[in-house]
Amino acid sequence: MEGELAHIGAGLAAIGSGAAAIGVGNVAGNFLAGALRNPSAAASQTATLFIGIAFAEALGIFSFLVALLLMFAV
Amino acid sequence: MATEAHGAEEGGLVFHPMDQFKLSKLFCTDDPSTAVNECQIDIGMFTITNSTLWMALAVVAVIALMVFGTSRRATIPGRTQSIAELAYGFVYKMVEDVAGKDAVGFFPYIMTLFMFVVFANFLGLLPMSFSTTSHFAVTVVLAMMVFLTVTIVGFVKNGAKFLGLFWVSSAPLALRPVLAIIEIISYFVRPVSHSIRLAGNVMAGHAVIKVFAGFAAIAVVSPVSVVAITAMYGLEVLVAFIQAYVFTILTCVYLKDALHPSH
Repeated sequence: MEGELAHIGAGLAAIGSGAAAIGVGNVAGNFLAGALRNPSAAASQTATLFIGIAFAEALGIFSFLVALLLMFAV
Repeated sequence: MATEAHGAEEGGLVFHPMDQFKLSKLFCTDDPSTAVNECQIDIGMFTITNSTLWMALAVVAVIALMVFGTSRRATIPGRTQSIAELAYGFVYKMVEDVAGKDAVGFFPYIMTLFMFVVFANFLGLLPMSFSTTSHFAVTVVLAMMVFLTVTIVGFVKNGAKFLGLFWVSSAPLALRPVLAIIEIISYFVRPVSHSIRLAGNVMAGHAVIKVFAGFAAIAVVSPVSVVAITAMYGLEVLVAFIQAYVFTILTCVYLKDALHPSH
């Protein structure tokens, strides 16, 4: 029973990946909206874009890690 | 269980998606009958595994690119020299832009990190190879080195003023202790997220490719599976570079915090 619950938990942790996708989409979409308004400033902000994406994505990776732990470590 | 046995009978692909991350000793006689596990090549207390082999290959590839790329030093650069110069200029500009002009002294370290991570990621994408950066043991060491370097540099350059990083002077006084706790937690979570981001991305991508490869054993969906693997592979090439870039740029951000701790 416990093992089955762990698998359900791993599946629930995958929701976090979707949430991270929303976050990354927000960052990239807002960057694009800003970049189209002022294309000359866009190139200087790509580093900021990637940092923002990295921070948003890290939490999705954490949920992936939780899923992995539930699948293989618990 | 029944489907797995069925696949094995057909000679199809039966494997676990995480099997590719298994470490194995190389150059060893692994004979279970005698229970003797002798290795022909041991370097001190270290045994050569597939992980260390591919890390060594990454280092050799980096050295080859940079040495051969810069040995001729033609006015009109060839292909190898172009790539070497491009990589050098790319990282140098990143350090200068993100960490500031006074962080240029750390350029060799950051360049080494970037080249190693990007080559380890790309070598891991070769079929039948081993992706070293998919292991937390590898990326945690890289991230801990960055964390320790940044912390030591911060204290050496700024002394006790480095603690100003945690004391947000622009916030209202009543809010500052709360913010200090949050800042301290976020500071110590840095090496965790720094390492897990790289290893998690690489591992997740490779596992997804293997999951699609598992579907290739079923004849009806195998064309879809091949297309999906190709698409995922393309994405993984992109991710391999972007994650190396993100790892490096975050190192630069942390370095900037250490050199200029004021908020």
